Amino acid sequence: MLSPVIDPEGAPFWRYAAQGELRVQACADCGEPRFPPRPCCPHCQSFAAEWRRMSGHGRIWSYVVPHPPLLPDYAEQAPYNVVLVELAEAPRIRLVGNLVARAGARLDSIPPDRVRIGAKVRVVFTDDGVPQWVYG
Amino acid sequence: MEVRKVMAGLKDATAIVGIGRTAFAKHLPEDERTLACRAVLAALDDAGISPGEVDALASYTMEETDEVELAKAVGFGDLSFFSKVGYGGGGSCATVAHLAAAIAAGQATVGVAWRSRKRGSGPRPWTNTAVQLPTPGQWTRPFGLLRPADEIAMLTRRYMHEYGATRDHLFNVALACRNRANQNPAAMMYDRPLTREMYMTSRWISEPLCLYDNCLETDGALACVVVSRERARDCRQRPVYVHSAAQGLPAQHHGMVNYWNDDPLTGPAWTAARHLWKHADFTPQDVDVAQIYDAFTPLILLSLEGYGFCGRGEGGAFTEGGALEIGGRLPLNTAGGGLSEAYVHGFNLITEGVRQLRGSSTAQVPGAATCLVTAGEGVPTSALLLRS
Repeated sequence: MLSPVIDPEGAPFWRYAAQGELRVQACADCGEPRFPPRPCCPHCQSFAAEWRRMSGHGRIWSYVVPHPPLLPDYAEQAPYNVVLVELAEAPRIRLVGNLVARAGARLDSIPPDRVRIGAKVRVVFTDDGVPQWVYG
Repeated sequence: MEVRKVMAGLKDATAIVGIGRTAFAKHLPEDERTLACRAVLAALDDAGISPGEVDALASYTMEETDEVELAKAVGFGDLSFFSKVGYGGGGSCATVAHLAAAIAAGQATVGVAWRSRKRGSGPRPWTNTAVQLPTPGQWTRPFGLLRPADEIAMLTRRYMHEYGATRDHLFNVALACRNRANQNPAAMMYDRPLTREMYMTSRWISEPLCLYDNCLETDGALACVVVSRERARDCRQRPVYVHSAAQGLPAQHHGMVNYWNDDPLTGPAWTAARHLWKHADFTPQDVDVAQIYDAFTPLILLSLEGYGFCGRGEGGAFTEGGALEIGGRLPLNTAGGGLSEAYVHGFNLITEGVRQLRGSSTAQVPGAATCLVTAGEGVPTSALLLRS
């Protein structure tokens, strides 16, 4: 499986994820959340940023079901779902992830025909600190 | 009395006077540099211009053959302008736009744009895990959103949910392109008709996109020659004028993973279109034929909306009733496009636009005098309005 190749702006996201916290970058001056993280605020141009904790609740905005050809680790689990989750507190931020049966489960642990746009989901984390999503 | 200086701008200041290409195939034996040379020399021969007269070049940042290699191989003169445009297929029309701007501004006189690619026999870019871009790849690829098809499928699913578009609408796009390829002996799918049955039962690539929603994988090269309108009158072929040209990178756009803004289902087409039409003497209703970038069928639905052929959410319905076929309200990708002629980052859409306005297409729209050509939607893009 591919591990995230982390850049300096993205590093805090993964550091908090490793602690079981879902946080997104927000402007420390005007308060506007932004994703992906970047050096300054596109609304007020401030370089002051904070990492705001999210409730971890959201809804599925869209999803796909990839089939081969895929990289070997992914082909082995295909067809699996990839969901785009709209965060409850920041609807403009939609995180790519996988809907799974429980934390740490395989990408194909939920049958593709059980995935629905609009379904309520919440974040869980694998032992490696990768966010995943479960129903609820 | 105040005299306002009005900049002449690009409108009809330049023309495409030569086009050239190699064969298109899943595998061509020659390397990309050789293919580039062949396409460029064919385009210059078509124009009746010698390589020594070329003083400007434009291509894609993804192009493997650089200016030095091309110039010394084919015998260009001294170059005074060279430019490369990023974002893969989003740069296709911008290569011509940059040449047009350079020539109109007096920076050059004879420009060549080209693209040479061995995507048919070469590796699929997404299989390269070493150059996994940290942004935005760290937010998408670990979760198995690996390929451009997956990224666009995500937007497609939402589009279908939001607007009621169906797989039949996507099929209409695939079919129109295939039907035109079946008229074009140069097309990779020339002798391969497509039926609705084949489409609906084909294998998935990334649901909701199936095999036929994806472009071809092609080895091939293409080129075109741009000169001033004055010079164009002396060339071998009937000039095809660059009437309007635009690039488009919308505010808060994220490329094919355009997931993090207010309205992910609008994209660069809308931005390019605003500039394109602002500087044109005609409107979408006056376009006789369109060559719209088709790496994936849903990009056509988005582009139909973005370039103003229909309203938001109406892209699917627009394709109904044979609208994209010859005789329909907007004949599409008349050489077969990326879906059925060749996928060379959209350059074959430019050359087919030129053929239509010369009256020499294999699927000629009778009396075609205006053509829209677009580059990739879903990435920073570009577009041209051509007229005869």
